Amino acid sequence: MSLLEIKKLDVRHGLLQAVRGVDLTVEKGETVALVGANGAGKTTLLRAIAGAHLPAGGSVHFDGVDITHIPAHSRVGLGVALVPEGRRLFSQMTVEENLILARSAGRKGPWTIDRVFEAFPNLVPRRKAKAGNLSGGEQQATAIGRALMTNPEILLLDEVSLGLSPLAVDRVYASLDTLIHGGTTIILVEQDLRRAMRVADRIVCMLEGKIVLEGKRGEITREQVSEAYFGLGSAKGRVHA
Amino acid sequence: MMIWVNQIVQGILLGGYYAVIACGLSFMFSVMRMINLAHGSLAIVAAFALFVLADQYGLNPFTALILVLPAMAALGWVLQRTILERSQRGGLLVPILSTFGLSIVVDNLLFEQFGADTRSLAPFIDELSYDSWSITDDIYIGKLAALTFVTAIIILGGLQLFLTRTQLGRAIRATAEDPDTVGLIGINAKRVNAAAAAIALVTVGIAGAFLGMRATFDAYAGGPQLIFAFEAAVIGGAGSLWGTLIGGIVLGVAQSVGAQISPQGFLITGHAVFLAVLFGRLHLDTIGTTFRKTVRRSA
Repeated sequence: MSLLEIKKLDVRHGLLQAVRGVDLTVEKGETVALVGANGAGKTTLLRAIAGAHLPAGGSVHFDGVDITHIPAHSRVGLGVALVPEGRRLFSQMTVEENLILARSAGRKGPWTIDRVFEAFPNLVPRRKAKAGNLSGGEQQATAIGRALMTNPEILLLDEVSLGLSPLAVDRVYASLDTLIHGGTTIILVEQDLRRAMRVADRIVCMLEGKIVLEGKRGEITREQVSEAYFGLGSAKGRVHA
Repeated sequence: MMIWVNQIVQGILLGGYYAVIACGLSFMFSVMRMINLAHGSLAIVAAFALFVLADQYGLNPFTALILVLPAMAALGWVLQRTILERSQRGGLLVPILSTFGLSIVVDNLLFEQFGADTRSLAPFIDELSYDSWSITDDIYIGKLAALTFVTAIIILGGLQLFLTRTQLGRAIRATAEDPDTVGLIGINAKRVNAAAAAIALVTVGIAGAFLGMRATFDAYAGGPQLIFAFEAAVIGGAGSLWGTLIGGIVLGVAQSVGAQISPQGFLITGHAVFLAVLFGRLHLDTIGTTFRKTVRRSA
């Protein structure tokens, strides 16, 4: 049984249909990269999986349980964690408080405060600093650490490199490497195609709310993804879909 | 000269009472972005509950608080889930209108039940209502006023510790900052807000007790209490806990000094200071920032 099974998912923002009939299956331990142009529906799809945005149609099954209509805070208890776009830290609270808060779901697991600080050593001296005063890279590390504190089965990462310096992006991905190889199931949205194709087992390309190309790393080329990305020669791209 | 010192001392003590009644209002505003206009009326509900328990069942008001405070907490929870939360979905104005409506309903229900008689809890607390310590020949400190002041400090300090040291307190602060994101880390924002409302109403219950012990009240006494609470909260900077104590003290001192200047000066001086601070705030924000910067630079 797959860890995550999405069937015919429709998600709307008012009149705008951001996700149209998406089918997606993710196996345990897999790393999937969602790519696509701005407005393709990647963020909305992630938010729908996390429960931050309830779908208009279709279904989401997680670990065999139908979670389509379960609110976000209960999904965290089942093991779904989202690192939202723009990090969304509690800026008036310290790094440590941000991490401690994520214990609220009460999930037991390997992730503790100490382990998060081990995984992100750059946060150690900033432990008591207000999250709003951190650098972008430190904030992103805190946001990922906060999601990990819920001990998720699946980690959803929305544009973790957004607004970071190339050096900070490298650092964030270096710490993600440990997670990826440690067997955590991950879906990540990444604008940098080269990086996405390097870290992910599978690439899923979205266009206008639909999945237009899907393939394992090594089985699809950058050119194919680029074409699907901009909706050029999409007929060719559908081979794998 | 001593008479002025005495008025200031009495004003500071009165400020303790205002801080007690304002802290629930200010807590709800900072945490839930909710201006609860039924605040004063709910304090009167608590005062009447204490009165009934004392009058009919002979319970000392302090003992009766053991029953009334949990009831107020439950009331806060229910109000949040049934009225406040729904009204907040309607935008900024709807909660103000609906709590205003709630205060009218509460006032009139109380009037129907208890009539127009004024009541007081003072007869049930024996000499505490009038006893005092003599500091000098001209300055006396009432024991009840001192108890109120100490209670204000305990409530504010307790809330501060609760918000910084407990998981629920942290969840309340996080929900205040970003109610959408707390869901993503497993916090049920609705439940957190209901808990916050319950806590706010516990402080309202305590305020009602002190109101009943230090003065008289009737079914329509909630309005003036709301105004004092509102003024203290705004003077202190709405949403700041310790600011509420300072706001209460400023209001209390203004009123007692005003009463010394003229027998009719009590209320008007309080309102004048409130308005001066309010308008001052609108203009002084920029001056204040510059001042703080200068202080920091010279420090």
